[in-house]
Amino acid sequence: MSGHSNYEPKSGFEKWLDVRLPIIRLGYDSLVDFPTPKNLNYWYTFGGILAVCLGIQIVTGIILAMHYVAHVDMAFASVEHIMRDVNYGWLVRYMHSNGASMFFLAVYVHMFRGLYYGSYKAPREVLWLLGCVIYMLMIITAFMGYVLPWGQMSFHGAVVITNLIGAIPVIGPAITTWLWGGFAVDDPTLNRFFSLHYLMPFMIAGVVGLHIWALHVPGNNNPAGVDVKSKEDTVPFHPYYTVKDGFAISVFLLMYAAFVFFNPNALGDAVNYVPANPLVTPAHIVPEWYLLPFYAILRAVPDKLMGVIFMGGAIAMLFLLPWLDTSKVRSMRYRPTAKLYFFIFVIVTMILGYCGGQLPDNKIIPGLTTFQVAASDLNSVVWLSRLATAYYFAYFLIILPVLGLTETPLPQPESISEPVLSHSANAPVGAAASPEKRG
Amino acid sequence: MLRKGFALAALGLAFIGGPTLAATSQEEPKAVHWSFEGPLGKFDQAQLQRGYKVYREVCSACHSMNLMSFRNLGQKGGPFFDPEVKNPNDNPFVKSIAKDYQIDDIDSETGDVVKRPGTSADRFPNPYPNEPAARASNGGALPPDMSDLVKAREGGPAYIYSILTGYEEAPKGMAVPTGKYYNPYMPGDVSGFWSLDPNKVPIGGFIAMPPPLAPDKVTFDDGTKSTVDQQAKDVVAFLTWVSDPKTEERKSFGLAVMIYLLIFSGLLYASYRRIWANVSH
Amino acid sequence: MRRRRFQTSGPALECVLRDLNQNSDWVEVGRRPLFSPQLKGSFKVASTVVGATPEHHTGGEDPNRRDFIHIAATVAAVGAAGGLAWPFIDQMNPAADTLALASVEFDLSKVETGQQVVIKWRGKPLFIRHRSGKEIASAIKDNHADLRDPQTDEERHKAGKAEWLILIGTCTHLGCVPTFGGGDYGGWFCPCHGSHYDTSGRIRKGPAPKNLAVPEYTFLSDSKVKVG
Repeated sequence: MSGHSNYEPKSGFEKWLDVRLPIIRLGYDSLVDFPTPKNLNYWYTFGGILAVCLGIQIVTGIILAMHYVAHVDMAFASVEHIMRDVNYGWLVRYMHSNGASMFFLAVYVHMFRGLYYGSYKAPREVLWLLGCVIYMLMIITAFMGYVLPWGQMSFHGAVVITNLIGAIPVIGPAITTWLWGGFAVDDPTLNRFFSLHYLMPFMIAGVVGLHIWALHVPGNNNPAGVDVKSKEDTVPFHPYYTVKDGFAISVFLLMYAAFVFFNPNALGDAVNYVPANPLVTPAHIVPEWYLLPFYAILRAVPDKLMGVIFMGGAIAMLFLLPWLDTSKVRSMRYRPTAKLYFFIFVIVTMILGYCGGQLPDNKIIPGLTTFQVAASDLNSVVWLSRLATAYYFAYFLIILPVLGLTETPLPQPESISEPVLSHSANAPVGAAASPEKRG
Repeated sequence: MLRKGFALAALGLAFIGGPTLAATSQEEPKAVHWSFEGPLGKFDQAQLQRGYKVYREVCSACHSMNLMSFRNLGQKGGPFFDPEVKNPNDNPFVKSIAKDYQIDDIDSETGDVVKRPGTSADRFPNPYPNEPAARASNGGALPPDMSDLVKAREGGPAYIYSILTGYEEAPKGMAVPTGKYYNPYMPGDVSGFWSLDPNKVPIGGFIAMPPPLAPDKVTFDDGTKSTVDQQAKDVVAFLTWVSDPKTEERKSFGLAVMIYLLIFSGLLYASYRRIWANVSH
Repeated sequence: MRRRRFQTSGPALECVLRDLNQNSDWVEVGRRPLFSPQLKGSFKVASTVVGATPEHHTGGEDPNRRDFIHIAATVAAVGAAGGLAWPFIDQMNPAADTLALASVEFDLSKVETGQQVVIKWRGKPLFIRHRSGKEIASAIKDNHADLRDPQTDEERHKAGKAEWLILIGTCTHLGCVPTFGGGDYGGWFCPCHGSHYDTSGRIRKGPAPKNLAVPEYTFLSDSKVKVG
């Protein structure tokens, strides 16, 4: 999408089209000839995996919309009709519901990879911000999609989340009513959620286009975190990364298929197979697993408004990250201290996820009662989430800004090719003489 | 790095997948072996037929099964599937089962509400005309619809089986409310009805359904001994099938997909190694 | 020790072997490893083994080369896409509940001679006509007329039930619903584009190519039919 193009139209038609709409050139430059650092590892395949996830969600979603009825009296039955009567409807529906989980799994790996290798640093800030926008759109889309089957968890989840907006002072209640189209989550709410749930994936696809554009201007970051210096450092995207991404996608699909075909309801909540009943709330309201960390942050804060602010803040941190991290070194390979804090951060987000799935008063160590702090036992999920929330924010607001100024990074390689060369210098003599070296 | 990451991810999933504890308590469901377990598990058709009979003669007196039509019984994988009769609507068993039911309809000429014998396309009729009627006949409790029952309960088949076979004499010191029955496998909190040591409140809760099964309550046509345990297992197998009648289709399709993807991954990996063979990276 | 490179399934087999056995001893002396051992740091290889494969790259070493493995992988990808396409297409075919509702029963006793009842069947109108003797006679008379879609009247009703004509009430031209009593042949007339059908529902004039279709039906008793 930028700079020099090596595309040479071959056939007459290609030449004719290239002058009028250079779309083949665009595809060639971005997917075939695009110079890509040759040291990308498997963590870098998740971009391709995510593109596949988005594609699957859009295709299966369009199919589901052909059979789904967005009406409170019929939504639940229409989903069951898809699973029981529509030809291969069970396949499409389970692909879509598990696909959402797979999409988030992949996006989290993709995001942690970006965090680890400093992919948000100059000159890739816009690339990162667009990624954050995609993530936010994904959350909203997933939330609205979860409401559509109109089961107990759909309904009461929608009630809880829309009520969060009521925390906004003065205008909150008015916004909530506007969002509901009534005085509770009801038919108008379901209809608008369906409409927006259909719309948003196309918005995501649009931002993904920008995301890829913003990737192709500065080019890929890489595990070494150093800039591409010469042609030696890169390989063309095709066939090198098409085949590597293809392999990773295939392995990812294996895991996806294992869920779809052999445990399709493992990631969902059983209660959502009970039709929505506004008069009875399920014993334990939880969001889907991919939103549990945010739910834990929400509940860690005793005040309603502050809880919402912290939850929003957790995502806002990601937007601010490029300017919070003061280190000039991109990859944490060369930042041993930061690497340690990063792994703690990964574990902390998982702890938050665990806390989000528990009742706040549950004990961490069963049977042990310690002392009460701020009206809660210190040995309780709520306190664990508070500590984890504190680390989450400290990581962005204190650790990354301070560490960049105080730490001593390891020496970075001169170029992407350098560590490879020095590595092979240590290899056995016979290996150095092996044919592959000449390639 | 990669391996470490996967280990972390697995750990994370283990955390998230862990059981969530509620304020209520219940006995862990009994461990039962089911023929339909696992990626290759299949339903036992004879068991499904027995299970249907238990449903018909016991459960259906109070429980609806709104999402099921008679024709479903004759579809592939169903209790009365006959490979000779591809179209479940023409299945003779299905037709005769449907005929035994009286379905509400409206006379197309007079507009009167009439009853007519069921057809394959009809849904299983609801035992009660509406929800208040169902509640009124069951001491205020609504017998849940059975079409999604196994899918909709944490613990699935084992949980339903445990409830059916888990009724116990209420322990001394427990005041069981009228119209309720103590069942340790039912999630609940009986501390308000417990007069002895408050630290030793029994596990479990109260259920409004009286113990539904009894020895020889249902006569099995295939000669299987009709114990409570057998009836419970059979009806749970049937209800599991009812919850997801496409289970077998899904599993066999899935097996083919997995094998295909494994071979495909192997091919891509070989292709990948070959393409990258010349690049030091 | 130079050996010809494996062109067909050899590399695939080697690769599988390598996957099965993470240790290095699969690399036989004299065989060229598929990939360089030093590419992977943890991959221990005895130096003698590697040293024993001093093969040079020849001109055909273009990584784009379409050898067996690449072709097989591409074919498998196309196959997978094709395989997945079928469920996604088939889902638009009638669902099981739609197929189940595809038959209706109807009581004929209330339809008087010369009258027609229209009921809905598979989403379309179904004409159930109790024909008068005059209509039947006129239909039989035209059995050997110059018909666009030749059929005798006997072929269009059940044997011995000439008074009952059951037709799918959509014009074979473009699907409009013809009205009875119009047209030049005493039968149906389609208002959309002017097709004329006779009292047996046969096309006689106008753009429609076929006679009005007769659905599959059976008489359950003298006064009851089941359509579909």
